[in-house]
Amino acid sequence: MMEGDLGLWAIPLAILGGAIRVSTPFLFVSLGELLTERSGRINLGLEGTLVFGAMSGYAVAYLTGSAWTGVLAAAAAGSVFGLVHGVLCSLPRVNDIAIGIALMLLGMGLAFYFGKPFIQPVAPDLPAIPLGWWAESPQVQASLRVNVLFLIGIVAAVALWWMFRATRVGLLIRVVGDSTDAARAMGLRPAVIRTLATAAGGAFAGVGGAYLSLFYPGSWNEGISSGQGLMAVALVIFARWNPIACFWAAILFGGAGALGPALQSVGVSEGYYLFYAAPYVLTLALLIATSSPTRAMTGAPGELSITK
Amino acid sequence: MSSPTHTEGGALGVETLGMTMRFGAFTALDAVSIRFAPGRVHALLGENGAGKSTLVKCMMGFYHATSGQMLVDRREARIADPRDAHALGLGMVYQHFTLVPSLTAAENLVIARKDAPRVIDWRAENARLEAFMARMPFAVPLDQPVRALSAGEKQKLEILKQLYLGRRFLILDEPTSVLTPDEADEVLGHVRALCEAGTITVLMITHKFREVTAYADDVSVLRRGRLVGGGRVADLSHGEMARLMMGDARLAEPAPRAGETGAPVLEVESVRARDRSGLKEIAIDALTVRAGEIVGVAGISGNGQMELMEVLTGQRPQLAGEIRVKGAPYGATREEARVKCVRYLPEEPLHNACAPRMSVTENIGFRSFDLNGSGTRFWLSGAEMRRRAADLVAEFKVKAASLDAPIAALSGGNVQRAVLARELTGEVDLLVISNPCFGLDFTAVAEIRARIMAARNAGAAVLLMSEDLDEIIELADRVLVMSEGRIAYDRPAAETDRAEIGRHMGGHA
Repeated sequence: MMEGDLGLWAIPLAILGGAIRVSTPFLFVSLGELLTERSGRINLGLEGTLVFGAMSGYAVAYLTGSAWTGVLAAAAAGSVFGLVHGVLCSLPRVNDIAIGIALMLLGMGLAFYFGKPFIQPVAPDLPAIPLGWWAESPQVQASLRVNVLFLIGIVAAVALWWMFRATRVGLLIRVVGDSTDAARAMGLRPAVIRTLATAAGGAFAGVGGAYLSLFYPGSWNEGISSGQGLMAVALVIFARWNPIACFWAAILFGGAGALGPALQSVGVSEGYYLFYAAPYVLTLALLIATSSPTRAMTGAPGELSITK
Repeated sequence: MSSPTHTEGGALGVETLGMTMRFGAFTALDAVSIRFAPGRVHALLGENGAGKSTLVKCMMGFYHATSGQMLVDRREARIADPRDAHALGLGMVYQHFTLVPSLTAAENLVIARKDAPRVIDWRAENARLEAFMARMPFAVPLDQPVRALSAGEKQKLEILKQLYLGRRFLILDEPTSVLTPDEADEVLGHVRALCEAGTITVLMITHKFREVTAYADDVSVLRRGRLVGGGRVADLSHGEMARLMMGDARLAEPAPRAGETGAPVLEVESVRARDRSGLKEIAIDALTVRAGEIVGVAGISGNGQMELMEVLTGQRPQLAGEIRVKGAPYGATREEARVKCVRYLPEEPLHNACAPRMSVTENIGFRSFDLNGSGTRFWLSGAEMRRRAADLVAEFKVKAASLDAPIAALSGGNVQRAVLARELTGEVDLLVISNPCFGLDFTAVAEIRARIMAARNAGAAVLLMSEDLDEIIELADRVLVMSEGRIAYDRPAAETDRAEIGRHMGGHA
């Protein structure tokens, strides 16, 4: 039997496979949040955007029969949410955190309302690449089925890193994120740049949602998100606003999220559910470990309201 | 792709004709006509509120003048917004840095360009920047984040940025307010050399007569929105300039020193604390301030003065050592400060000593609102707080529209006066002050210094941290210099001088 051959290796293997599967939404949402935060705003509404993206992606994929059209629809819906957040926050005396929470609830509410008819039907799945074709073990093959979106996420992380370093758009976003005064003195309009960055960030979160409903777990229901949109905020801070670090942080969180199911799959029958809490415990532990009451945070955009 | 221009055309002549700016019924600028000749350094003097910044903002297109004209290179110029001004070759270096702290110097320069390429080829840009730097009289490390540069380097980079952008008429708004004397001399020397070479024309707003005499060719003086005088710097003495600036107003005379130096009040022994970045440490081995003396701590900003202030006010945890006030250990709690009569005037008092959105009355009442005679009270007495605030506002000449207005609505000088009113009232045995006069005008500065001296004469021990060397020299009985988190120098004021202190500030001693 193959199962017997793997023995305890099954746990790290399941964690690796799980990390790749679970990390993709983390990666997209955190890249979106990173883009928004680098422009000097924080969007706490990405959880709502994620859920709405999951719903709209699933619905459009079902209606058109194409999973990729669904992903595009989710990105479009996400950018609309981002745009609303960005425009509202551009008004005087509007707080980005309060707007974010309001939009989170709105996004989830709208998703549940419009998503009711789509709980039963089955939409097409996103394709995955069987990177484990060489292995004989079905477990190894299952673990290494990597979704295309995961690879797109890696490309996006590298592209963002490059954008912040070597393109005009990237530098302009960093300028408005770091100093409104400097941006104004340069003749830029910070509110416009921030709004567009928030919209683009929303699109990333929407894609993250589409991954949830179209690949893993791969169906639409009201409990589809387990707080990835909110944990992405912590993840961005942990990654110190660096897109490449975001990728590794997403893998770490994904791995933690896969710990519970992995233990369950090898037959640990008691206490495994405690490990389902691993990502949340990890979030708390990381935030405590990387915080300091006296030190300013390195890498934080200067205009960010939470780190000011 | 067009590469940045920098000397095309050379210095630009600019002239304002009858420039007038009204805000409602208030005339901020009244028919001001000044000619800025090409290739010269023109100083603009005036107190706060005299209209200096209104004038340059009109010139740069931030404001639209109510009436008046501007000639650029002897042709009439319509400047609707700063972009028009930039297109004509006019540029401004602001009092507060407008560099982006987390970007490197090179990134700051390239992104400031209007024709910044969509995709930046860093190898080509760096080569071009190095070629540009080679033509400049001074250099700044290009690959460092601006955050890591010293104030002098930042100021140089601001000026380099304007030259890089091809500006030929430069407005410098108090360019040396954050620099050490040596840095100021270096920067202004380079600016002057650029003018003499015919590269740029400079309009420099300043408070400091020394800089006017040393570096400017011409001077214009504004008072209450009017041009009240000016001419060639060589023809004017400091006294004449001061008279033009002040008009009939009289400065508060510095109170003469009086009284004897008494027993030690503040003793700091081997105190260690982390600095703001968390990477370095500040270490004060021994610091004593006695009753009836002012100990001045000089130093370039960022050498640990702020951290020392924060340790003394209890804002920053101390890792080791002991602080004693009147011989007993001191932990900087509110209770201890009250019992030991310790008072603070931190820098940026609006942020460090006020609750900006609470009213003037409430802010003035911070030390006393819960006291009832010698005991404490549970229910506050609004009437008493108001009475007290009204008395202090009158006594310290705080100009506030209303006592119920948020204190953030007051101007900087008035916030300073309000905090001073709160801190200097009642018995004061130890006064810890940081940069009390930063950004204030002549009258306010003279008054605040007189009050500090009066507190000293009344027997208070005063620890004064200041980046303004003139202030230290005027007020201190003993001068200390902080450098890299340590006290590098300690002398009685009578036995030292500017140059000596300056050398220790720069760490070259």
